[in-house]
Amino acid sequence: MQIVTPEFGLIFWQLVIFGIVLLLLRAFAWKPILSSLKERESSIEGALRMADQAKLEMQQLKAGNEKLLAEARMERDRILKEATDVSNQLIEQAKNKATEEGSRMIVQAREAIQNEKNAALAEVKNTAAKLSIDIAERILRRELADQPAQQQLVDSYLQEVKLN
Amino acid sequence: MKRLLLALFCFLSFSVYANEPAATTAEATDTEDFKPGEMILHHIGDAHEWHFATLGSEEHGTHLTIPLPVIAYRPTQGLSVFSSSRLAEGKVYDGLKLEHEHLESEDGSKVYDFSITKNVASLMLSAALLLLVFTAVARGYAKRGSGAPRGIQSFFEPIIVFIRDEVAKKSIGPKYERYMPYLLTIFFFIWFNNLLGLLPGGANLTGNIAVTLTLAVLTLLITLFSSNKNYWHHIFATPGVPKALLPIMIPVEVIGIFVKPFSLMVRLFANITAGHIVTLSFISLIFIFRNIGVAPVSLAFGLFINTLELMVAILQAYIFTLLTAMYIGGAVEEHHDADYQIGGGDGAEQAHAHGH
Repeated sequence: MQIVTPEFGLIFWQLVIFGIVLLLLRAFAWKPILSSLKERESSIEGALRMADQAKLEMQQLKAGNEKLLAEARMERDRILKEATDVSNQLIEQAKNKATEEGSRMIVQAREAIQNEKNAALAEVKNTAAKLSIDIAERILRRELADQPAQQQLVDSYLQEVKLN
Repeated sequence: MKRLLLALFCFLSFSVYANEPAATTAEATDTEDFKPGEMILHHIGDAHEWHFATLGSEEHGTHLTIPLPVIAYRPTQGLSVFSSSRLAEGKVYDGLKLEHEHLESEDGSKVYDFSITKNVASLMLSAALLLLVFTAVARGYAKRGSGAPRGIQSFFEPIIVFIRDEVAKKSIGPKYERYMPYLLTIFFFIWFNNLLGLLPGGANLTGNIAVTLTLAVLTLLITLFSSNKNYWHHIFATPGVPKALLPIMIPVEVIGIFVKPFSLMVRLFANITAGHIVTLSFISLIFIFRNIGVAPVSLAFGLFINTLELMVAILQAYIFTLLTAMYIGGAVEEHHDADYQIGGGDGAEQAHAHGH
């Protein structure tokens, strides 16, 4: 049977040509193709991993933001409280100061009144002394005329002075 | 792809017209007996010329053929190279003649036939086609880098990825990368040549025993050269077999080494040749019955077989590649745990522990 008898020449050519094809395809087709496929697969895998990582980072960021927000809220509350305290304190201080000032002014006014009063008394005394001298002068002028009448006059003057 | 095939057709038809003999057709009145067996064997066999068609009778008609170079080496006379047209129709040239497409010397001395036969020419065409197609694919990768594939690249990429992931990775395991060039080359070589063989006038290259023999021997050599000690241990001291049975088992295993590639050789040869024989047989029916009424039936069946053959073309390429990968995988496998764990479960773990 000729069809099941391998021809030597065809085996030779098959070996030579197939070998050349194998070597050429390996160098110029399979190696670049397979390496590109591998590269692409690894780049896709890398991109997926990066996306996962980004997702994780986003979550972390979100959690961080929330924490920050809570902290900010707490800070605000604290500041508000502090401000209220300070204002209350200020009001208290002002009130105290006002009260103090008022009492001090009252004291001053009292002192001034006392001073005026003293001055007035001194003036009264001066006036009284002057009057006394006047009276004494008049008495001295009348002395020559009537002794009892003079006494009476002195008494009446004195009476007058007291009334003053 | 389409363009390439078209180019191939153009090339073939150009040569045909260039070589058309000037002889006029004689009257085709001969009523010689049609011998389907001879016709079929002629079609599936090799030839020293590329014959496309004969217009008119066998003796006087116009033969549309491309003469191919005959390269003969005789130890006594050395190398002789000439056109096969000099040997046409039983002519003798340089002491050489063709006896049923077999080159013989007149004086009966030994002749080594290195002729570029129809199959060798087809082999060269397919080699050129493979190189053209896959360098084009590789250019696509060079151009687009790791971007999305386009055009011819996107047609072949899934097939290449399939061979890598489903055939090489699964059958060979972690060392698959070394064998990828060989696996991809045999897959596409067999597939392309199967398809070229289905073209009208195409050569039956993958249905030729010499070609399948060469591919099978290459697979055998690669298997043997990449085998590790586990592989030989498995052959000469098959695990789980009693010592007394080894004298029987060792020859069986050794025969197994050669039966595997032998089955590869026969499977591809038989599948492709059978497909051609069936198609040709349906066409022969028309000439056997000498009735045009048979033609629609023959054509319908022929078309069916041809469509089937298109599928067989890729299927056989896949099977050859898959089995090659499995044989290589068996030779490079590190642990033979799979042999122990018939029951699975605990046994597998035990075997694993034993293996270390």
